[in-house]
Amino acid sequence: MTRQYELVYIVSPNATDEQVQGLHAQVEEVTGRLGGRLERTENWGRRRLAYEIGPHKEGTYVLEAISGAGDLMKELDRRLRVSDQVIRHLIVRVDEEHRVVERTRTRRRVESERRRVARGLPPERQPGEGPRVEDGDEGGFDGAEV
Amino acid sequence: MREARGRSGAGGRGGRTSERKEGPRRTLFRRRKVCKFCADKIDDVNYKDVKLLGPFVPERGKILPRRISGTCAMHQRKLQTAIKRARQLALLPYTTE
Repeated sequence: MTRQYELVYIVSPNATDEQVQGLHAQVEEVTGRLGGRLERTENWGRRRLAYEIGPHKEGTYVLEAISGAGDLMKELDRRLRVSDQVIRHLIVRVDEEHRVVERTRTRRRVESERRRVARGLPPERQPGEGPRVEDGDEGGFDGAEV
Repeated sequence: MREARGRSGAGGRGGRTSERKEGPRRTLFRRRKVCKFCADKIDDVNYKDVKLLGPFVPERGKILPRRISGTCAMHQRKLQTAIKRARQLALLPYTTE
């Protein structure tokens, strides 16, 4: 069972770039070994923390998008917990949210195309069409309906 | 059948909205609040987007209630989880003194 996860971890500001790289390599290695796939990595660089975590006021944020099984994430969670370079980490499962977002997006697009065709316009929005105007199709709840 | 239902519904609503004991002072202009996420068609309320969440976390660090921001129930729920996740990652504060 593979699922989509997002892993964000905050590396201590005292860590060198090599150590950050090392952590990334470790994540990559564990992911590969346990049959997962590293989809994407983002390094957000050094950011101020919104509150102090222990002695730290800032940290280096790294995001890893991973697809894999729950066991893999469990292992990564354990490792990050143990690591003393990582001051905070968060694992979020995102596949369901992505699916919901995708669905609402396509539904909205299809609906707008349908309405446009019904009005005798081409389905795609043409350039220079002016501001988007809400066509109050959900009326009926404001004012008395007689 | 449907007409009858519609009329009774409208009647009920009319009865409710008709100014109760509140005097004319209560009927000051109140701007109609709209859900920002619905209006801007933001489907994905993401915990990584601090710029988006920022306005919903006022000075004190608390989550701005729906009755003030006007966010719809669904989006307030999504906003809530997003803010809580962002807090865990120290992107947003839990509290501020």
